[in-house]
Amino acid sequence: MKLDPKIPAGPLDKKWGSHRMNLKLVNPANKRKYEVIVVGSGLGGGAASASLAELGYNVKCFCFQDSPRRAHSIAAQGGINAAKNYQNDGDSIKRLFYDTIKGGDFRAREANVYRLAQVSINIIDQCAAQGVPFGREYGGLLANRSFGGAQVSRTFYSRGATGQQLLVGAYSALSRQIGLGKVQMFPRTEMLDLILVDGHAKGIVTRNLVTGKIETHMADAVILGTGGYGNVFYLSTYARGSNATAIWRAYKKGAGFANPCFTQIHPTCIPVSGDYQSKLTLMSESLRNDGRCWVPKAVGDKRAAHEIPETDRDYYLERMYPSYGNLAPRDIASRAAKRVCDEGRGVGPGGLGVYLDFADAIQRLGEKTVRERYSNLFDMYHEITGENAYKQPMRIYPAIHYTMGGLWVDYNLMSNIPGLFVLGEANFSDHGANRLGASALMQGLADGYFVIPYTIGDYLANQKQKRPTADCPEAQAAEKAVREEIKQLLSINGTKTINEYHKELGKILWDHCGMARNKAGLTQAIAEIQALREDFWKNVKVPGESNNLNQSLEKAGRVADFLELGELLCRDALEREESCGCHLREEYQTEEGECQRNDAQFAHAAVWEYKGKNEIPVRHIELMTYEEIHLTTRSYK
Amino acid sequence: MNFKLKVWRQADQNSSGSFETYEAKNVNANQSFMEVLDVVNDDLTKEGKEPIAFDHDCREGICGTCSCVINGEPHGPEDKVTSCQVYMRSFQDGETITVEPFRAKPFPILKDLITDRSAFDKIIQAGGFISVNTGQAPEANALPIGRETAELAFDAAHCIGCGACVAACKNSSAMLFVSAKVTHLGLLPQGQPERNRRALKMVDVMDAQGFGGCTNTGACEAVCPKGIPVEFISRLNRDYLTASLMERPESE
Repeated sequence: MKLDPKIPAGPLDKKWGSHRMNLKLVNPANKRKYEVIVVGSGLGGGAASASLAELGYNVKCFCFQDSPRRAHSIAAQGGINAAKNYQNDGDSIKRLFYDTIKGGDFRAREANVYRLAQVSINIIDQCAAQGVPFGREYGGLLANRSFGGAQVSRTFYSRGATGQQLLVGAYSALSRQIGLGKVQMFPRTEMLDLILVDGHAKGIVTRNLVTGKIETHMADAVILGTGGYGNVFYLSTYARGSNATAIWRAYKKGAGFANPCFTQIHPTCIPVSGDYQSKLTLMSESLRNDGRCWVPKAVGDKRAAHEIPETDRDYYLERMYPSYGNLAPRDIASRAAKRVCDEGRGVGPGGLGVYLDFADAIQRLGEKTVRERYSNLFDMYHEITGENAYKQPMRIYPAIHYTMGGLWVDYNLMSNIPGLFVLGEANFSDHGANRLGASALMQGLADGYFVIPYTIGDYLANQKQKRPTADCPEAQAAEKAVREEIKQLLSINGTKTINEYHKELGKILWDHCGMARNKAGLTQAIAEIQALREDFWKNVKVPGESNNLNQSLEKAGRVADFLELGELLCRDALEREESCGCHLREEYQTEEGECQRNDAQFAHAAVWEYKGKNEIPVRHIELMTYEEIHLTTRSYK
Repeated sequence: MNFKLKVWRQADQNSSGSFETYEAKNVNANQSFMEVLDVVNDDLTKEGKEPIAFDHDCREGICGTCSCVINGEPHGPEDKVTSCQVYMRSFQDGETITVEPFRAKPFPILKDLITDRSAFDKIIQAGGFISVNTGQAPEANALPIGRETAELAFDAAHCIGCGACVAACKNSSAMLFVSAKVTHLGLLPQGQPERNRRALKMVDVMDAQGFGGCTNTGACEAVCPKGIPVEFISRLNRDYLTASLMERPESE
């Protein structure tokens, strides 16, 4: 596997500018002759579809949801970062870049992150022009809030529904292009395989989720904006339909999978309440601007929160990380919560929870102000738990929320398969071992609006419209394989449901490859997952037929992929003999329980190459070399 | 808690459907309604029966996918929530709960509780946008917008496109949905150049998709999970009337 990151020469702040001058262009008359497939309609895929269609390309956009407006980008709450420095508080492109690299624990690619910080400015302009109703000051100018891992205020927001508003913006741009006939939209359609012709990505095999029809679509390039794979853990803050099938099947066709074990565990989610639980709900990190995290000082203190006096409370984040306090980055806050719960000081059912208390904020600002800032989050908390967080503290616990790992891409966002581009959470490039809050929306839109429209032209200009047709042998073979797998899934007719397998897989991963991992646990997890997968293919029960709407069949294919991906996650965690970002290897920690990174051996992205069914994949590396910054120990104390 | 679920089953768009009754036993009060359907579905699968098809995705009330009529009310008994945010503590132990799809002619039933709401997408495609290509935007703070205006625009933009308003309306009118978009963009200075055209085009497509007229019963507002108020329909009517007097969209 050849991994050339294609980082442009020159000083960091000039790379993107000079690269854009060097990229080949496709002239407007020729753009009409190209077809581009985009899988996914969220911030990455939706923005790319709209922008490429505006340029004149013919776009086919696919999503499994009933409408492109439902992509899971919609659920992001808190905000989007941009280096506008509207607050005059010392922000700059360079500072946003540095915060993101440091937040990622020095495992992200420097040049990509610098570009991300550069285009962040254009994103806010673009979204405001589309009519995104950002929060504003009384003078009519844009407001900002603070977010974890930063000491400046650079986060733009639309109450607690920023993802929804940005997605509705991208959806409106996409809808306009659909109306103009430049984008052909395929909702309720799932990608089930990638078609390679002469080593290039030239098409996909899809299943219409209403009629069950298997179809082949050919194009000059394929873009995946299919999001993260956190649902491999079963319980997560992802949408129930979020899946890894598109990127996993691309991996099995030769795309490198980078840093699969870099998953993010978000500190502020509503704790699990029972085994029936199907998903976990996030409470935006922005709550940590005004909420204070605490647990009782004494182990086993069962008093109600209001009965515990100040002197018996441990505001553990403020104590352990005085300079960042409650705004410590996500990985730090999550691990701290786990640590106090492991000590037996957790609150709520099962002791798996900590308080997030707004009493001080309400006293300082008044309930009205707190309501203005967070009312929809407090309402959501009330709907789910039946508790009133204006009167008693919220209970929160960490949950799987995001995956920094994903398909490997070069500076042009192209994978090692020529013609296959990967955007947003589905790629690995920008967040290293940990993502800072309000950076996922930024990356999705940066990739879709401002990077891919430039870089795809360079690939297409060299292709000279050699688009293969759907009757080529490669397409036929891919289609046949898809049909056979569906037939096999439906024919097993065993005794266990798909959910049962998925839950078991999730538990193995959460126990052994969650916030803290060790060699013995990971080795055990790999064996358990292999056994579970073998059992799945013998004993799963998938009811219904293939030629109509069959949600069990959809789920079965996705869980089959998770059962393979879960093993890769553990293999990657096992090989990375260091702790960094969200990934704590118990063998590698300081006496205080902080991460011990090993830059000499692991300052790289691990990129996995598929070698065939039941074969051990091969681990390649891309060294993360830093021209501008010095690797330091990450401290938020 | 124990419940009986009386659920609409329909094989596909062309078949006729009927109610089937299922038992849901040992339900926790803090379990969500969709989580009860999950458990019933796993039981049905084990019994060799086909599980109930229902639309759902984010399960946190923002994506707009879930769309059940529960005990006769779109999104169920609680105020300002989606079907996925209905918890079993809202029901009486032992109760029989009736579950149906959204029923409206422009939303054909695809299977069981799943409907096709692509008519909403077609309305947005007709004009629910500001025509600005990527890269054309001016500096964001060059256009100040009063805080109250921005907040009201957010209230309208918060619509999740679930279609409960249509399901609740005896005429299957989509006026609340259309008014939310027309209000959102019509309040903002960026939305002014296309304001007339937008109202006319969206209403034309709304009519063409088979949605009925508004007779001001307010049933839509009552079921809207995001609290979109019927006042926005007055704004739509005003924009539509003004636009009708001023111009018709050029033929294309």
